[in-house]
Amino acid sequence: MTDLQIDHGIDRKIDTSQMKVTSEVAIQITDMNKWFGAFHVLRDINMTVNRGERIVICGPSGSGKSTLIRCINRLEEHQAGQIIVDGTELTSDLKNIDKVRSEVGMVFQHFNLFPHLTILENCTLAPIWVRKVPKKEADEIAMHFLEKVKIPEQALKYPGQLSGGQQQRVAIARSLCMRPRIMLFDEPTSALDPEMIKEVLDTMIQLAEEGMTMICVTHEMGFAQAVANRVIFMDQGQIVEQNEPREFFNNPRSDRTKLFLSQILGH
Amino acid sequence: MSNIESHTIAYVRGTMIPEQDPPITETGAIKWLRENLFSGWFNTLLTILSLLIIWWSVAAIGPWLWNMVWNAGSLRECREILAGAEGACFAVINDRWHQLLFGFYPPALYWRPVLALILLFVALAPVLFPDLPRKLLWFSAVYPFVAYHLLWGGSVWLPIVALLGFVAGYVAWRLIHRMSPLASVFAAVIVPVLWWVILAAPLNSFLYSGLPWGLDFVRSDRFGGFLISLVIGITGISISLPLGILLALGRQSDMVFVKSVCVVFIEFIRGVPLITLLFTASLLLNYFLPPGTSFDLILRVIIMVTLFAAAYMAEVIRGGLAALPRGQYEAADALGLDYWKAQRLIIMPQALKISIPGIVNTFIGLFKDTTLVVFIGLLDPIGLSNAIRASTDWQGVYWELFIFIGLLFFVFCFGISRYSMYLERRLKTDHK
Ligand SMILES: Nc1ncnc2c1ncn2[C@@H]1O[C@H](COP(=O)(O)OP(=O)(O)O)[C@@H](O)[C@H]1O
Ligand SMILES: [Mg+2]
Repeated sequence: MTDLQIDHGIDRKIDTSQMKVTSEVAIQITDMNKWFGAFHVLRDINMTVNRGERIVICGPSGSGKSTLIRCINRLEEHQAGQIIVDGTELTSDLKNIDKVRSEVGMVFQHFNLFPHLTILENCTLAPIWVRKVPKKEADEIAMHFLEKVKIPEQALKYPGQLSGGQQQRVAIARSLCMRPRIMLFDEPTSALDPEMIKEVLDTMIQLAEEGMTMICVTHEMGFAQAVANRVIFMDQGQIVEQNEPREFFNNPRSDRTKLFLSQILGH
Repeated sequence: MSNIESHTIAYVRGTMIPEQDPPITETGAIKWLRENLFSGWFNTLLTILSLLIIWWSVAAIGPWLWNMVWNAGSLRECREILAGAEGACFAVINDRWHQLLFGFYPPALYWRPVLALILLFVALAPVLFPDLPRKLLWFSAVYPFVAYHLLWGGSVWLPIVALLGFVAGYVAWRLIHRMSPLASVFAAVIVPVLWWVILAAPLNSFLYSGLPWGLDFVRSDRFGGFLISLVIGITGISISLPLGILLALGRQSDMVFVKSVCVVFIEFIRGVPLITLLFTASLLLNYFLPPGTSFDLILRVIIMVTLFAAAYMAEVIRGGLAALPRGQYEAADALGLDYWKAQRLIIMPQALKISIPGIVNTFIGLFKDTTLVVFIGLLDPIGLSNAIRASTDWQGVYWELFIFIGLLFFVFCFGISRYSMYLERRLKTDHK
């Protein structure tokens, strides 16, 4: 298993100078449980994310990865246990939820851009209406981040006119415009054609290099190896194994992890 | 495999072929005729049949229209002028157009409905065409009150006091919103209602006794003709859309009470014929209202027509909402937009766009249904055509009146339909 297939050619040298894991806690999840009706989808999740961490979550389909990260910004409600994001506990209190959501950015598998708005409007909408940033300033922020994801020239087009990879980069820029302190990615590349995966991964690597706290659900093991400081393996709603990437890939402990890795890496 | 390999694959073109004209059968009118009218024996048959039908219709109606008479005092005079020939007697329109348009509205005051109509276009413009300056929307907001005063007249204070009810609701909403967003929504509904029920009438008469300003009062029973259709239709259209949106949202709500009220309302209204609601408006409401309150018949009809259209509208919009992927709601949530902002900025613009054909259908249906008010004794154009025919001069005139009324409705409905096509084209961003 040593010569891991580095998916989709992450060919550049990663600059790790800014990637520092601090001791400050960004997300604290304790004894969290969630049910969909009678179905126990997340079981006794305990997890601490420090500021600056880059965590990759993997696991078989249906294991609850999406549900877990969706609980972090309350797109899903948990029924037991505690989730504290940036010192704010997620309860049914709407104020707390809004506060957490404006500090946590999320990127979805299917981009979820707003098709009736231009790229620029997609990016300025939340800053203007949630953060109350003046329009001119919001435009500037948006252009800054669109440049960062390398598509400033598309600003006045509509999402439907862009390729999948471009749309996903816009989605990342849209989240960044809210200046989040934490970014969540839910399989950001799995709806993309292979030739577009790289451009999105590059954008994510760039974010990691700037020291963003990130949690990525992804099966891009090359990305995990290159960027993550921790890989979490989930199965049947539980965290089965977690480790730093080198150990995780070279020396998986549980049989489930081994089985999963052998399937996903095609051995 | 061996088949291909047995040939030489290499090939080099010797001379390039210049561009050539297509064959004559592929261009111009001949091509068009062949492709659209005579492709295949069945199509050819249909074409010939259609031509025959057109010919018969023209032969039947043509002379009647060709001989039309515009200047005559009565149907008898018309017949004398025609001297036995077939011919339309549009003189009735010439003689009675003002009634068909205004009913029994005092002729000296015709300028008021006309001005209201002109101002209507000014008020509609910024709503219909987003390129116009947004400041014009202020006029659109005030327009209903201006139009009310122009049409009915009376105390100028009444519409102003009514308008202040909305202002009071807004102020209440602003004050309470910080503390509790939910309570502020209720306050925004209850405060204006209390204002209108308790405060509006005394305040109006107090102000009017001090400053008796206002246009001459015109009673509702003087209204008639196309004026009444427009008043009912336009009020119904402009209120049923927002009401339908609220009902559709209520039907999707997690709040059980709100949801059941909306479901019961929608299903009840959709299950009852409009004409029943109109009879209810004209007869039953008198029993329910406190004795002594005279509640304008036109107002009652407007309420019923609006509620009726709103129920349909709600279902049309629910269809649009259902067509939106969940991801749109999630993205809005994830960006921190609250419910109303998400609805206003993300969900509704898309849901309404999807629903445009259905919404326009409902609008046009509502507008045409205004002719049903003839059954409760209001003199809409159809009612007036009966009244005109009841006069000795114009006894027996049918087609000319119906053609005129039909044309008026057609112009209006066709206008709505064209606008909706423009809007759909304009809002098209998916580039399929
Ligand atoms: N809204 C929902 N209602 C009911 N069951 C759900 C819902 N969302 C997900 N599930 C179920 O929960 C399990 C975990 O789903 P998910 O978190 O999406 O898994 P993953 O992202 O790891 O593939 C799956 O079995 C899925 O069918
Ligand atoms: Mg998933």
